[in-house]
Amino acid sequence: MTKLAPVLSAHWDEKDSFTIDAYTRNGGYKASKKALAMDPDAVIQLVKDSGLRGRGGAGFPTGMKWGFIPQGDNKDHYLVVNADESEPGTCKDMPLLLANPHVLVEGCIIACHAIRAKYAFIYIRGEVTHVVRRLNQAIEDAYKAGHLGNGIELVLHVGAGAYICGEETALLDSLEGFRGQPRLRPPFPAIAGLYARPTVVNNVESISSVPAIINNGAEWYQSMGTEKSKGTTLYSLSGHVKNPGQFEAPLGITLREILELSGGIRAGHTLKFWTPGGSSTPLFTSDHLDVPLDYEGVSAAGSMLGTKALQIFDETTCVVRAVLRWTEFYKHESCGKCTPCREGTWWLVQILRDLEAGKGTEADLAKLLDLCDNIMGRSFCALGDGATSPITSSIKYFRDEYIAHLTNGACPFDPAASTLFEGANK
Amino acid sequence: MTTTEVVDMISVVIDGFEVSVPKGTLVIRAAEKLGIQIPRFCDHPLLDPVGACRQCLVDIEINGRAFPKPQASCTIPVEPGMIVKTQLTSAVAEKAQRGVMELLLVNHPLDCPVCDKGGECPLQNQAMSTGQGETRFEGTKRTFQKPINISSQVLLDRERCVLCARCTRFSAQIASDPFITLNERGALQQVGIYEKQPFESYFSGNAVQICPVGALTGASYRFRARPFDLVSTPSACEHCASGCDMRTDVRRGKTLRRLAGDDASVNEEWNCDKGRWAFKYVTALDRLSTPKIRNSDGILVEASWPEALAAAAAGLSANKSAVLVGGRATYEDAYGYSKFARIALGTNDIDFRARLSSDEEREFLAAHVVGSTTTYRDIDGADQVLLVAFEPEEESPIVFLRLNKQFRKRALKVTAIATKLSIGVEKLKGEFVKVAPGAEASALSSQSLTNKSVILVGERAAESAGLLSAVAALAQSSGAKLAWIPRRAGERGALEAGAIGNLLPGGRPVSDAAARVDIATAWSTQSLPSENGKSASEIIAAVNSGSIGALVIGGVDPLDNSDSAQTLAALDKAFVVSLEIAPSAVTERANVILPVAAVTEKSGSFLNWEGRPRTFDSAVADTHNRSDLRILSMIADEMGRSISLATVTAAAKEIASLGRWDGAKISLNKVSVATAPSLSSDQAIITSWRRLLDLGTLQQGEENLAATSRQTVAVISPKRADALGVKDGDRLTISTELGSVTLPALVEEIHDDAVWAPRNSRGSQLLSQLGVAHGAVVKVAKA
Repeated sequence: MTKLAPVLSAHWDEKDSFTIDAYTRNGGYKASKKALAMDPDAVIQLVKDSGLRGRGGAGFPTGMKWGFIPQGDNKDHYLVVNADESEPGTCKDMPLLLANPHVLVEGCIIACHAIRAKYAFIYIRGEVTHVVRRLNQAIEDAYKAGHLGNGIELVLHVGAGAYICGEETALLDSLEGFRGQPRLRPPFPAIAGLYARPTVVNNVESISSVPAIINNGAEWYQSMGTEKSKGTTLYSLSGHVKNPGQFEAPLGITLREILELSGGIRAGHTLKFWTPGGSSTPLFTSDHLDVPLDYEGVSAAGSMLGTKALQIFDETTCVVRAVLRWTEFYKHESCGKCTPCREGTWWLVQILRDLEAGKGTEADLAKLLDLCDNIMGRSFCALGDGATSPITSSIKYFRDEYIAHLTNGACPFDPAASTLFEGANK
Repeated sequence: MTTTEVVDMISVVIDGFEVSVPKGTLVIRAAEKLGIQIPRFCDHPLLDPVGACRQCLVDIEINGRAFPKPQASCTIPVEPGMIVKTQLTSAVAEKAQRGVMELLLVNHPLDCPVCDKGGECPLQNQAMSTGQGETRFEGTKRTFQKPINISSQVLLDRERCVLCARCTRFSAQIASDPFITLNERGALQQVGIYEKQPFESYFSGNAVQICPVGALTGASYRFRARPFDLVSTPSACEHCASGCDMRTDVRRGKTLRRLAGDDASVNEEWNCDKGRWAFKYVTALDRLSTPKIRNSDGILVEASWPEALAAAAAGLSANKSAVLVGGRATYEDAYGYSKFARIALGTNDIDFRARLSSDEEREFLAAHVVGSTTTYRDIDGADQVLLVAFEPEEESPIVFLRLNKQFRKRALKVTAIATKLSIGVEKLKGEFVKVAPGAEASALSSQSLTNKSVILVGERAAESAGLLSAVAALAQSSGAKLAWIPRRAGERGALEAGAIGNLLPGGRPVSDAAARVDIATAWSTQSLPSENGKSASEIIAAVNSGSIGALVIGGVDPLDNSDSAQTLAALDKAFVVSLEIAPSAVTERANVILPVAAVTEKSGSFLNWEGRPRTFDSAVADTHNRSDLRILSMIADEMGRSISLATVTAAAKEIASLGRWDGAKISLNKVSVATAPSLSSDQAIITSWRRLLDLGTLQQGEENLAATSRQTVAVISPKRADALGVKDGDRLTISTELGSVTLPALVEEIHDDAVWAPRNSRGSQLLSQLGVAHGAVVKVAKA
């Protein structure tokens, strides 16, 4: 009765899963051959029909995005793959690329054919050297095997480790050699993206999902998932759980089911709060164990599916401390372009540090929420919005815990109790 | 030819009021049209929108569909069916703006009392209008070491910066000098320079002017004044023929700063650093303030005005006299010199061209330039622009900005016929037609222009025989618009005023009897001299040969001409009446020195290269200095031959009443191109131009400005460099019989036969050191 549905991760347990031989052995590069023989518009239609939605967080229909690229405009088109996975908690693209880089390469070939692009770029974060090496090798092997180089070129670009470069327009700026800061939209990338040419920017997992759709058809993909969220996806479980890792399941699975599959919360502890899709998505609590983890279900419950990064925190965790850490991350990673994110995160960190240390009054909570209200929806890109999510949601669910810090004059938690250092998990 | 531009208009409702604006108008600007001021920092009407500061958030709905969040009104163009609610009618917009203002002040120091911007600061003003009196921020502010120099001219106090990116966008988008960028990220983001590439832009002052806080300050003005102590006067720039609208700020009789004025048809809102920062010459310690006369011992002694005027009148009455007036004169002053020559001295021997010039040029000016109506607007509409012996960035920077605007906007094609590729032409991605000095005319024939094209020809064209003839022919055959762009602010006015031997005021040819009658009637005189007057070099020669005995000289530097020895000899020989603001080679040799007012001390106008009047009032109220015009009028009175021009207003009225000549213009006699000299291997043909920032008289005393001037180099081609065994940075000596200059070499795009050096920069004053500046054969050797 397993709810797991490994498609992307089907062969990860094979020792040589990352090699071109293993990929080919398991049926790889058949989909691209099939797609290249199809009319590009038919490929787009197939992906549209499959219901595949962007796996980078926003959930925009992938086929529709491809369809936005103007055709017959005598301009170069580009495919850009966003592999700048940097959101705290999010860890699906890197394992995918480590275990099966060729599925992305093949996805790129198909997508390029569909949008009539001759060049694809993969923008990968620079810290993950081991993944960069594997992907490089995969690209080299794909060239040698003739999958690449016959009308489709693939370039791997290694970023320098800025969170903002995961924002698609900042990524494009960075790829062009400028500082990564988000661009004004419109024009949208589909009209003027990389080098001011029509560009599709897709997440690693979205593109990697395409070969299986080509091979098995739209109906097969449609058969998995929920009404509006089709297919399977990678759920990345981390934190205070027995067996963290990637769980590929149809969209709509619940955390309760995933915890069952993974062996549950670490022994002797109970779930306190969790993120459904990385630190930018509002927190959930144990009340949300049965929320269907698809785009609509999570949204209806007041958060976002995001990158399906399920960060699990048990009762030993101080929510104020966790939120402060995230906020420090946002302050460090704010690109500085717009006032609300730049100045707001600077201020938020200072208030949260005081609150965690037990300094301040309840009025500071009101100030904090008002400040979040002045940042949320006021910043240039979504990163400023994301910075407020953990704060507002944690105050919503754990207001008493904040106040306990104030009445206690210090943090009532023992930080060591929440650590996962060696031995702590046994 | 006028074209009617059809503009689609769109109606939107803002705060309940309907307004109709052209398609593409941004919401923030449509609101302005209704008088609704939405607060803003990063928004600037001449820069591309960036939406960074988020101060201008408003609520917008289109055809009933509301945006889920407030939108930056500086980035959104109006659309049909749009309803906008600003802070005046939307509580959400009001709170959003108040919130952003509070955030902007989180890291901004409360140092308004010592900040230069205090009192004229958009942040201060909008914090009052949009912010709250008390801050809720109790934390630690970001601090930086302050200030840091981003150039010798511009200082940056990073903690005051609100990171609106106006300065960086100006530098990249308007000046194409992307030498400053934003570095780092988050609240530590800051404006910075590349450590090896200083902010040496000719336009850096604009970044200071458009900074909405006190982050960027000019080194010369920093801590000098409070804005509310300054008296501001609209003025015009005297530094070149671009014609910038300016504002001069004076405190207690002293100019403390000058700012670019706002004139959409000329300089938009920009100016160059020379116009902005070169004004200390007015208050220089050696400024002439009292008249002097040469006594019987040959020594210059101070004199009273009546004594000096009497001495001048006596000397001029006793001799056959001529007038040399430099290009700094205002239109009205030039008119005074022109009338003075004809009425008081009875001669047409007058020339405003205190520089290398030719008879071909004089005819060209009378035939094709006087009364010309080519304007900046023609550049805006041109299908291509041809630059001939003209480097806009160095010689008329606002023309460069206009070309650059059109280049950036619509890839305007610019072609430069030049001896050397310049930085400015490179920035315009111009087509560089490489010619040998003197051979420019030959390259013109290959140019195909249309009647939508514009030819911009510089004053240096006079230095190549036959070039102006070829330019005139090309304009005629193609129907292209032609404009002559001199360097100095007064030259076009002087031409129109007839301060030249072949023209009377209003473009009337001296040789035309009807034209003479026109002027004689207006001036209530029997007749005017009917022979064309002598040119400047002919006047000098006539003094040296004894046929002219006296000279009236205003604003002429004898070292600006190639025969400076001849000029100095003539000054020694003649009875010289010098109207000057500062001691010079002329005043040293003068018999009578009459101190005159500088531009900021008088009213008047310049005609810029378009012929557009740029009028200004006296910015310094309590000066005792008189205009050239007033002094000439007094001399004429003393001579008993009144020119009746007691005031600038009187001159302006008289000029206006004369009107323009509508008769036939003189025609240009085609001059043929000189044959190219044959060169031995150690010889080259010299070519040069003046850089914007150099040793010009009006830039004296401006050390901060001078420090941003471009490096003095001698430029040779790779082929010559190979032959000489020279590489970049090696010392190169250029010599003539007169002397030599030794400069670091720069191997660059230049004709193989040519060597280039700046004409009047530190270590390279070609006219005085070599005696030649263009087209002459010089020796080039490795030093």
